Amino acid sequence: MAKQPHKKQDVETTGHEWDGIQEFNNPLPRWWLWVFYACIAWGVWYSVAYPAWPGLKSATAGYLGFSTRAQVAENIAEFEEKLAPMNDKLASVELASIADDSELRGYAVSAGAAVFKTWCAQCHGSGAAGAKGYPNLLDDDWLWGGTMEDIHTTITHGIRNTDDEDARFSQMPAFGRDELLEKEQIAQVVNYVMSISAGNTPQDASLVAEGEVVFQDNCAACHMEDGTGDRFQGAPNLTDAIWLFGGDYAALYETVYNARYGVMPNWNTRLSEAEIRAVATYVHGLGGGE
Amino acid sequence: MAILDKHAILEKNVTLLAIFAFLVVTIGGIVQIAPLFWLENTIEDVEGMRPYTPLELAGRDIYIREGCYVCHSQMIRPMRDEVERYGHYSLAAESQYDHPFQWGSKRTGPDLARVGGRYSDEWHIDHLRDPQSVVPESVMPKYGFLENRLIEGEYIGELMATHRMVGVPYTDDMIENARADFAAQADPDSDYDGLLERYGDKVQVRNFDRQPGITEADALVAYLQMLGTLVDFSTFTPDASR
Repeated sequence: MAKQPHKKQDVETTGHEWDGIQEFNNPLPRWWLWVFYACIAWGVWYSVAYPAWPGLKSATAGYLGFSTRAQVAENIAEFEEKLAPMNDKLASVELASIADDSELRGYAVSAGAAVFKTWCAQCHGSGAAGAKGYPNLLDDDWLWGGTMEDIHTTITHGIRNTDDEDARFSQMPAFGRDELLEKEQIAQVVNYVMSISAGNTPQDASLVAEGEVVFQDNCAACHMEDGTGDRFQGAPNLTDAIWLFGGDYAALYETVYNARYGVMPNWNTRLSEAEIRAVATYVHGLGGGE
Repeated sequence: MAILDKHAILEKNVTLLAIFAFLVVTIGGIVQIAPLFWLENTIEDVEGMRPYTPLELAGRDIYIREGCYVCHSQMIRPMRDEVERYGHYSLAAESQYDHPFQWGSKRTGPDLARVGGRYSDEWHIDHLRDPQSVVPESVMPKYGFLENRLIEGEYIGELMATHRMVGVPYTDDMIENARADFAAQADPDSDYDGLLERYGDKVQVRNFDRQPGITEADALVAYLQMLGTLVDFSTFTPDASR
């Protein structure tokens, strides 16, 4: 096999040969070598400039004094400073007057939307329409009141949680489970409730009259004699067509038998006053605010 | 240079190359890993950290068994966007009793390092049963079967003893009363004074799934509701040098 002539006769081969194929021992390309040396130099500089070498008690802090914790604190402080004028104003004005100041209101609604999507959407839905057991915030049916003041209190202290002494609290008795009512009585009162709620018809109309007696004796204290509920106790209005846990016979029977209620965390330990007011403004403006 | 020419010996002898490569990697490993065992500032002491209660520990095992860590991390990184969404960034000390730690490496779902107290027990039960019923956008599978699986904590004492072997400071008293504490935490009508005495007043005692009996859902929710709540960050001052 004739050897092919090659241009660089001065380059040695690696010394082995297979089937007449030899391998040149070319040096590394210059540019590659210089990049390699530059990387080593950069590595040395980096280990001096930033925290790197372990010692006996701690690692070297680095010439630049960089710290992730300091950086994040700085980033947060930078944004807090930018937002401070609006946040201070939001946290200090009268709740009712936020709506009058269009600039403040615009800020509160935008900030509140962000807070809502981060902290509230998991239960109330990203569109605030709620789910079974988690109230819809778009309608004008409120369990604990829909004024700015009411919404603000609810968000701040939450409902039926054990972490905040000022949490809103009420509990419907489990009329069936705790044997406060007979099963027949529950069937009667469920039929009565179906007869007074909008868009509902009782399953067995013959029980309605007896059900009314049961209702007045056991339910009217919270849900009121006409069934329109009491926001002071978080007792829902039973005469409208809106149901938190369902308004058909089986769902109502279950509610009266076992009692159902929701729990909402208090947000005063996680959100700032300005954030709470922002999200209150946002919720208030969703459609049902009073 | 003579010493560089010797390099050819390594390049031509595969066994020798493997031995030297191993040595170089070993040195790199020792320099990176070994100091963590003696440097005082790698784990800071923070107030409030305690070993998990028996029920929480059982819940943690279910969390691991079901592979929750595949989609959920437990590590809030020190960045502004993370802190705004999840709360204070995680401290090394907050995972000091985790064997293995649950930092995770991927978030299909949100970070859970501070999920405790963020939602109600009912929400957790509804969400485990059918995640899409509360979060329609979710791709999480359903875990409703956890509610139907009763557990007794039969080997919880042994599990705690194993954790003690790897450094979790469970006392003899804790291990002895493991099963009693296990049952007490899920039953608000029980006598749970001993549990609070051993693990602190902040331990949450509730019937987490609102059903009679202790289920896997009770244990998992007890664990989730504790996550990230042990350290009181209103009194915590971060040391910027860490």
